[in-house]
Amino acid sequence: MTKALSGSDTAKKIGEKFPDAVTGSDETSVIVRSKDVLEVARLLKESLNLDYLNHITAVDYPDYLEVIYLLTSIKDNHSVVLKTRCEDHNNPTVPSVFSLWQGADFQEREIYDLLGISFEGHPNMKRLFLWAGFEGHPLRKDFKLEVPGGGKKE
Amino acid sequence: MEERGPEVEIERPYVSGELDRVESEEIQSLIAASKQPYPDPVAWLEEDVKQNLLLTTTEQLIDLGKRFSVWPAAMGLACCAFEMISAASSRFDFSRFGMEIMRASPRQADLMIVAGTLTWKMAPALRRIYDQMAEPKWVLAMGSCAISGGAFRGSYSVVPGVNLIVPVDVYVPGCPPRPEGLINGFQALHRKVAKDKLIKR
Repeated sequence: MTKALSGSDTAKKIGEKFPDAVTGSDETSVIVRSKDVLEVARLLKESLNLDYLNHITAVDYPDYLEVIYLLTSIKDNHSVVLKTRCEDHNNPTVPSVFSLWQGADFQEREIYDLLGISFEGHPNMKRLFLWAGFEGHPLRKDFKLEVPGGGKKE
Repeated sequence: MEERGPEVEIERPYVSGELDRVESEEIQSLIAASKQPYPDPVAWLEEDVKQNLLLTTTEQLIDLGKRFSVWPAAMGLACCAFEMISAASSRFDFSRFGMEIMRASPRQADLMIVAGTLTWKMAPALRRIYDQMAEPKWVLAMGSCAISGGAFRGSYSVVPGVNLIVPVDVYVPGCPPRPEGLINGFQALHRKVAKDKLIKR
């Protein structure tokens, strides 16, 4: 069974090198500032042998958008949950981790497509599922559905 | 196996935005054009007497041939496709009802079975396949998603009913319909084809 590393321990490890980056941590996860994601991810990848990116996902909370990375070391059989938050709902940006894990490519595009979070440094930041002219990002809570026959659903 | 370093820059054959733009235009114009459903082609079903005067015997013969050699084009879009496949394979075997073989090419098919959820992104392709089929042609909407959008009606990406894109002859409800249901739909189509008139088509 893969061992889930404690978020607080991981936060301490990050804090040694980037004192300002960590904004919170608990038993399961560690939360970092959105602009430091790439540096923190690189540090974790090198120090904890996190060679595999299980998935990236994102959540729309009332006050912020959260991006969640689940990272695993196949070599050492442990995993880390890394989170970051964007307070700006209108123009959320997070650095892309595509340069560290190739698997981030389509997942970041999917998050951009459905939640509108733009990943800086991604080589091909465009919609994945929906077509280019689609208006809005449908997994956002403020997205209004168009009812067949006209009008918008609340 | 070739081993990769920690940070390898891979050249990717990403195209310019041109294809995206063309696709987007196609979908947007289809959405704009698909506000009203096509009327179901049933108007001629009641006109039994008027048109039977001319070609009664010949027409019956031709109808018989048409009815029992309806070749379906497989348009499996979602989970309904598996019920369609099992209806085609040995246990249910719709060849017994003259449905013969599934065709992968629309040019050789008479009937399009729309099996599953149709998304707006897929809609232009479905319309193109329908246009490529030779007359006479029929459409069977299989499952609640194809009929009305089903559970996904009102979603941002799903067409609420295939009859917005193509005229539908037979609706087979169910989620998904069992193969028996699909075969019942075929028989309904056969009855409909029997009433079809050469002159009208």
